Amino acid sequence: MCLAVPARILRLEAGDMALVDVGGVRKQVSVALVDGLVPDEYVIVHVGYALARIDPAAAAATLVAMAAAGINAGALV
Amino acid sequence: MKYVDEFRDGNIASGLAAAIAREANPARRYQFMEFCGGHTHAISRHGVADLLPPNVRMIHGPGCPVCVLPIGRVDLAINLALERGVVLCSYGDTLRVPASNGRSLLKAKAEGADVRMVYSAADALKIARATLAREVVFFAIGFETTTPPTALVLREARSSAVANFSVLCNHVLTPAAIVNILESPEVRTLGTVPLDGFVGPAHVSTVIGTEPYEFFAQEYRKPVVITGFEPLDVLQAILMLVRQVNEGRTEVENQFSRVVSREGNVKAQALVAEVFELRRAFEWRGLGTVPYSALAIRAEFAAFDAERRFGLQYRAVPDNKACECGAILRGVKRPIECKLFGTACTPETPMGSCMVSSEGACAAHYSYGRFRDRAPVTPAATPAAVNA
Repeated sequence: MCLAVPARILRLEAGDMALVDVGGVRKQVSVALVDGLVPDEYVIVHVGYALARIDPAAAAATLVAMAAAGINAGALV
Repeated sequence: MKYVDEFRDGNIASGLAAAIAREANPARRYQFMEFCGGHTHAISRHGVADLLPPNVRMIHGPGCPVCVLPIGRVDLAINLALERGVVLCSYGDTLRVPASNGRSLLKAKAEGADVRMVYSAADALKIARATLAREVVFFAIGFETTTPPTALVLREARSSAVANFSVLCNHVLTPAAIVNILESPEVRTLGTVPLDGFVGPAHVSTVIGTEPYEFFAQEYRKPVVITGFEPLDVLQAILMLVRQVNEGRTEVENQFSRVVSREGNVKAQALVAEVFELRRAFEWRGLGTVPYSALAIRAEFAAFDAERRFGLQYRAVPDNKACECGAILRGVKRPIECKLFGTACTPETPMGSCMVSSEGACAAHYSYGRFRDRAPVTPAATPAAVNA
């Protein structure tokens, strides 16, 4: 039920709406819950509402930590 | 899809699984509850359980809003649609939830009720604006993730005076349910499973942040790792929990740092506080009545509260006696220990709510794990082979 999908902001529109790209599908969603979004940022979308932005640096760091954990015990922070 | 595919990488998953196997102490047992239905689904769908050593067990918690919605609340919605003639808008998740007298919203629709499935709360308001001659009720369910959209819609309905729109509110709260699992009186009758830690919700936490879980880590001495919904996220979280247990730490750690912060979405929290207030008590399927575990619509929005508008009276209805959802939602029993599982109760004909939603422990196990429980048929065991 709390399913939410990553979406890329294509264009901000009037009335706190935005056109987003969800894995190749274009969809209009509300961005009323997240301030200051700009095109090309990623957000997670739940029932037609952007809930939070995705931090690309944190995502990359998480992947690095995951890969490192498999190689070297104790590497995961 | 970016931020999905890379978190499903098989090689990294093998590495994480090897790290868990290496670091889990064979002399002890690790039992972690994933609270959230999204994790239950991910664990079943991606076979995460099969990657874990035998002494690391995942217990499926009650964090599926469809599963915990009691019969009496679904009855209220069905009665509104059938007897009061409203247009009842609902997320698709709730349409098949079994209610009293073998009914469901979908069956009510077949009987002629005007039940409409919507993707978003905003769609329900749109229907109200397009159907001014009829009462339109949005059947709102969900945890903290789903509540802010409902709050936005209620605020918009009031500011633009959409007079034929109201909300039947069933929004529930995660922390209250976790407390209930840890210390409810029902634990005495159902028994309890010793839990060594929690895999904390992903998207609920985008809204409420990691701060509300600090209480569990401190008060109940349980580690909590807030975790994303992809299989690598879950594996990494299990590794983090194993390490906390090994090192005797009970902390809140944030595996899902790419989206979740300590304070959460403050704007959404303020909005929810403006529109909703705590209910003194709310019945959860499987958990019983849990104090201060749900939200009601504030008096300022009374005109848009379907319970006030239609004078609805909640009536609790007991579950099917043979259904073990209550024990399963607490992790005391596994789906296969229920007599109804896979026989009378299947995703096509659910008896209990854990079988309705794909996130329910029973439906997830039915879809992805039920054949694992059966002993493999080897040629030597067949009568023909024995005779030969």
